Amino acid sequence: MKMTGAEAIVKCLEEQGVEVIFGFPGGVIIDLFDELEKSSVTNVLVRHEQAAVHAADAYGRVKGEVGVALVTSGPGATNTVTGIASAYCDSIPMVVFTGQVPTGLIGNDAFQEVDIVGITRPCTKHNYLVKDPNELVSIIREAFYIARTGRPGPVLIDLPKDVVISKVNFPEPTPVKMQTYRPTYEPHPGQIAKACKEILKAKRPVLYIGGGVIASDSNEELTELATKLNIPTTMTLMGLGGFPGTHKLSMGMLGMHGTYFANMAVSKCDLLIAVGSRFDDRVTGKIADFAPHAKIIHIDIDPTSISKNVKVDIPIVADCKYALTAMNRWLDVQKDFNGKEQEEKLGPWLDEINDWKRKHPLGYVEEGDIIKPQFVVQKLHEMTNGEAIISTEVGQNQMWAAQFYHFNNPRHFLTSGGLGVMGYGFPAAIGAQMAAPDKTVIDIAGDGSIQMNIQELATSRQYKCPVKIAILNNGYLGMVRQWQELFYDKRYAGTDLSVGPDFVKLAEAYGAVGLRATKVSEVEPVIKEALATDNTVIMDFVIAREEGVYPMVPAGKATTEMLLS
Amino acid sequence: MKHTISVLLQNKPGVLSRVTGLFSGRGFNIESLSVAETLDVGVSCLTLVTRGPDEIIEQITKQLHKLIDVIKVVDVGDSEFVEREMALIRVKAESHTRAEVLRIIDIFRGKVVDVSPKSYAVEITGPRSKIKAVIDILKPIGIQEIVRTGTIAMARAKKS
Ligand SMILES: Cc1ncc(C[n+]2csc(CCOP(=O)(O)OP(=O)(O)O)c2C)c(N)n1
Ligand SMILES: [Mg+2]
Repeated sequence: MKMTGAEAIVKCLEEQGVEVIFGFPGGVIIDLFDELEKSSVTNVLVRHEQAAVHAADAYGRVKGEVGVALVTSGPGATNTVTGIASAYCDSIPMVVFTGQVPTGLIGNDAFQEVDIVGITRPCTKHNYLVKDPNELVSIIREAFYIARTGRPGPVLIDLPKDVVISKVNFPEPTPVKMQTYRPTYEPHPGQIAKACKEILKAKRPVLYIGGGVIASDSNEELTELATKLNIPTTMTLMGLGGFPGTHKLSMGMLGMHGTYFANMAVSKCDLLIAVGSRFDDRVTGKIADFAPHAKIIHIDIDPTSISKNVKVDIPIVADCKYALTAMNRWLDVQKDFNGKEQEEKLGPWLDEINDWKRKHPLGYVEEGDIIKPQFVVQKLHEMTNGEAIISTEVGQNQMWAAQFYHFNNPRHFLTSGGLGVMGYGFPAAIGAQMAAPDKTVIDIAGDGSIQMNIQELATSRQYKCPVKIAILNNGYLGMVRQWQELFYDKRYAGTDLSVGPDFVKLAEAYGAVGLRATKVSEVEPVIKEALATDNTVIMDFVIAREEGVYPMVPAGKATTEMLLS
Repeated sequence: MKHTISVLLQNKPGVLSRVTGLFSGRGFNIESLSVAETLDVGVSCLTLVTRGPDEIIEQITKQLHKLIDVIKVVDVGDSEFVEREMALIRVKAESHTRAEVLRIIDIFRGKVVDVSPKSYAVEITGPRSKIKAVIDILKPIGIQEIVRTGTIAMARAKKS
């Protein structure tokens, strides 16, 4: 069957179950937008290509599917790079289509030509320039397959204009089989047995879980393992929601702004079970002092993550879901395993952790009328029953969200973890709302970050997304200011944002709703009104200007060297 | 430690830059690199020589394997192997040194591939160490130009 390239692309999208894409057009890609308009696929017209990619990222995360973005050549393509790099760091499944000048012009410095395949090579899982129209369909199928399998990630497809308008074949779909790409899903049974035996021997085990648990939808298997064995569990930023944050075994987040008890537990544990996490420097601090007494078990689908930063004793290359299931089943058939005994054995360890919890809980100091950001996040948690989808910007706002909104469910916390992109949160919230129209979606934002993609207020309004933005407005690039306060003698070079927009008026200018709280008593009414409003809302919380995020492990220090206030 | 790694990859545009980009992006070093197609024109064989502690070499091989276009990665040094490199060397050869140059080349089983009144271009093949030895000996006579291939390597067949 012959059809145009554009028709074939749209047919491929439908075949992949794509319902929503995020796009921004331009000269070389008009044909494809034209074709999309006739199809069942909704194009969400963003106001900046970076936002398209972040929105696709969040859409994919919330739905557990591949997010899709579509942009034009040249500047359209280069504007996607930050979003792609963020998705790559966070292992988010995504396909990005970029327009390209006609094949005959490639390499001639044509108008709006860039080598986007070259530019994105180091920040995509894979990428393609489609030169032969007859490869178009198979490339798209392969791209979706690569994006969603193994360790997920973004894949880019560059589409020269002539390919989009030429006549192409549309072969019947067959399962994608690649000679050179075969991720390992099943764990090695020997390694599973070894790991389980080690776990049963441990007196002070800790589960340290990351985004892999979310990506593989293995939160239930993980919770089963943790509760069966009574193992205290800590989450990375990307792992929040992979284990219920309000569970008694939860120690919250670990690392640079992790809880005191999580960091202490890791430093004192005799066995660290890493599941879908990758020993990032924000987690480990000074590597030599990270979990110094522990044997390490590491489950990850990506072999390059294993023993990259920290030497692992028992590596398990597998999908977390398969590995955790295998461990649970192995334990089920152990005749001499007794849950009661296990609980007793770990009793002293849990007592020690609970002691740390009592001594140094997460907290903050109230200051009369002045709004504390932690209080705002606590209120948001309380007033949404902990069930909202929360996206964040980057900086203090992100850390307060991670610390004080205790996520019980996976795919409810959206943040640019690995790359730390300011400007991620708002487009992500729009993507999330498109994926889950009935959910409350809140972007916990900073006054700096929100301005990086504030133009998306128009998108949010156009597609009737009742997204709520909670700006923790400190008039600073707060996280950088905090470093300056602590390590640069309070020289606040380049971090003062005291000249900012009036966010309430700004919201109104876009036809959204703007609300402001300047004292503690106004916080609850503002949140209440926002949650009751069926429109995009900015809540401008004017907070204590110089509030810090604590605990804090200074960069390069051991995670036990925490500043507590 | 020096390692010779052999990589089979799909013969497609951009594949080589995926490999070299991996090395530059992650700060791995490449001492030499050579690529050519195999019997199957769709598949290239790339041989690269790198140096580093075992953990880094392990990362390198895993990272190479992770590239979608890579079919197979073998650290050739894990078993017995033969390696070869070729050099074309233009060496000064004036009346009083012409005979000596020929003698040296002969000892190393090299070949003269181009002759001019004042120089010889010679071809030398062998393991890296041999190429180095020839260069060291010819240097005092006067080397005008050198072009070298990267190392290529092949595991020896099992002996039984
Ligand atoms: C695009 C981008 N530029 C710069 C940074 C460095 N950076 C990290 S946090 C931060 C401050 C963010 O300020 P704001 O959004 O007001 O958040 P706050 O820390 O005050 O909550 C900056 C500049 C970044 N992460 N991303
Ligand atoms: Mg700020």
